[in-house]
This record gives sequence, C-alpha cells and structure tokens, in this order.
Amino acid sequence: MKKQKIYLGISTLVVAVFTFIAADHIDAPAVQGGTSDITDYYAFQGEDTNNIVFVANVQGLLSPSATSTATFDENVLVEFNIDTNGDAVEDLVIQATPRDGKMYFFGPVAPASPGLSSTIQTSATTNSVDITTYGSSPQIESNGGMSFFAGPRDDPFFMDFAQYSDIIAGNATSFNNPGADTFAGTNVMSIVVEVPKTMIGTSGDINTWVESKRK
Amino acid sequence: MKTLKYSIAIFFLSLIVISCNDSDDDMMMSAEPDFSGVYQQEDQMGRPAVNTVFVSSTSKDMFNRTTPSTQGSTFQSMFEANLTALSPAYANPGDQNALGLDAAAFSGVLATDVLTVSLDGTTTFYDGTNVLTGRALADDVITVELLLIFGGEDFTENPTLSDDHVDTNDKAFLTSFPYLASPW
Repeated sequence: MKKQKIYLGISTLVVAVFTFIAADHIDAPAVQGGTSDITDYYAFQGEDTNNIVFVANVQGLLSPSATSTATFDENVLVEFNIDTNGDAVEDLVIQATPRDGKMYFFGPVAPASPGLSSTIQTSATTNSVDITTYGSSPQIESNGGMSFFAGPRDDPFFMDFAQYSDIIAGNATSFNNPGADTFAGTNVMSIVVEVPKTMIGTSGDINTWVESKRK
Repeated sequence: MKTLKYSIAIFFLSLIVISCNDSDDDMMMSAEPDFSGVYQQEDQMGRPAVNTVFVSSTSKDMFNRTTPSTQGSTFQSMFEANLTALSPAYANPGDQNALGLDAAAFSGVLATDVLTVSLDGTTTFYDGTNVLTGRALADDVITVELLLIFGGEDFTENPTLSDDHVDTNDKAFLTSFPYLASPW
C-alpha cells in the first residue's frame, strides 16, 4: 500500500513537471530542463531606433539559488536566424557560444549552409563579452555599432500558467482576475545582441527565429 | 605481491597524471578557443507558446527539428485539428478570429514558427494598432494569443478564457541595453 502511494506520488510529480511548459519553457521531451532548452525569444527596436535587439533565453525556471551556479554549456551553440526575403530560410545568422567565461559572437553572416546542422563561422566578424556572474552588474561589450550581453536575468515572461493548465486539464473553466504569474521570482540564462538595422536589411520585414544546436 | 602490484599501478597512474598535466599546459598556451565541429539542432522557437499549445505531445521534438520552411506543409493540419479542439467555434463554417483568419488560415500562419519583425518602426506583438511586427519584452503575448484563439471576430467571445489577467512582468524592464531586469 505504501509503495502504491509512493508510485502515485511520483507519477503525479512527473505529470506536474511534464505539463509545466509555457512560452517555450520545457516544450519538448528531448530538451526540457537541459542546457539547450530555449525558454523565450524576443526581437524589437532598440533604444537607438536604428537598431534591432535580439534576446534568446535558455534554462528557464531557475530559482535564485539555482541561478548562482547556472552556466552556459560550451557544447551548445545558440543561433539567431534571420530571413531577409520571406521564404523562412535563414539568409544570415548570429552565432553565440561560450568558452572559458566569455560568450563569443560571430556575424551577422551567411551560414555555411541553412538548416539543422551548423559550423561556426570563425572567419566572420567576431566579438566576445565576459559572461556576467550572478549578483554583479551587467558586463556589456559594444563594438562596431553592436552590443553584447550574456548572463542570468529575471525571466521576462509572465503568464498564469497554472490556471491555464487547470483549464486545459478540465479542472477549471475560467481564468482568475487577478491572475497569478507562474514565472514570478524565477530567472533565465539570457543572451542579448543589439545590431544596426543596416546589418540585417534595409526596410520592410524580416523573419527571425532562434535555434540551439549541440556538438 | 599484492603491494607490488599496487606500487606498479600507482607508478603508471602517476605517469598518466603527469602527461595529462603536460597536455593541459599545452592547452593553456593556445590563444584561440576551439570552435571546430558540427552542431546539430535540438530546440528552436519563433513565436511564443506555439510548440507548447499547438503541437501534439508526441510530435514536439520533431517540431523542434523541422526547418521553418517545411513546418507549414508538415504541421498545418495538426495545428488546425488542435486549434479546433481547443476552441470549437472555429469548426463553424465561416468562423474567424479578429485578424479575419479562419481555422485553416490561422493554423497556416502559426505552423511556420517564425517571428516577423518590422525594420521600419514600432515592433510589437500587438498594441491595438500594429499586429505581429516584432515582440517587445512588455508585450502581453499570452493574452493576445488567447484573444486570437478564443475571442472570436471582435475579441468579445469567451471573456473568461481570453485573458489570463497577468498583464505585466514581475520586475520592471530597463530602458537601455541589456533591457532585461536583474535576476532574483
């Protein structure tokens, strides 16, 4: 009987973990909770309106204590993809990968080939920034009109994900007012790049998405 | 006899340790980090919550490993089925959301999971005027998506499902780079 109870407890926990997914946090079995798990992606006009800012967040739902020991994975490449002609194939990439306390950035540059496999474009414009450690002020590197940051930040995502899950599971029929932000008090590992618009197009629209790739 | 064996083992072990140290030193000497090798895709994302909401659980890894240019043809019908299951009004002939998209058209837009960004001005998921011209940190993207899923032609349908009533982040964003708030 006791064993059964334990099994039931574990299976409830597993269900809870498996359904605790949101913007892209823990979205799929192969990546959830790992160092390549993308939680969110943002692209917006910068404070300098001649620039576009790209934000890729990985490793979601970090408590403050987990954040103090969280690191970027040196075997993971985070790739910002930019499609300039509307065919959803990347024409330019900005590649980011950490080595020995620094985040290295390559591009914007045409990829060796588009798609699911990447090599790092080491001949492209290369920049690096010291990865900001937990509790210290942000380390920012600016060069050639571009700015770079990598390190822990507050998770900018907000949603009453718990209530959404209850609605989907049939345990509730409506949202609460006010709702409760399931992501309050949690952190992510963040990579922020700001680039002049002239490096990624002229006018009109671009399409963009972010990928994580492992060596 | 046993002691001798251990001594020999320790002797060889120490040789290995010493040679490892040597190669470590060599690594320290080299100026450039190693960026060689091929990196294979594990996760991807364009718009928020797309894989989470519209992809069936057994296909989530596959969705992450399908290039955006082929996601539409591969996943549109799954998106339409899941959208209609979530919001049954979409099954009614002629039913549309506030963008004027019916189930087939809306799922077609969603299945190609890229974020469209304007280089000409305001960048927002939706601000009452501009639609899908980017994604800013403060955009209430979940309420926008709930409105497009449940809110019907004029955002008035299913009011208890079309807003989660969490409208802002738990920390204020910065006006300057790196824009995101400091960690908790």
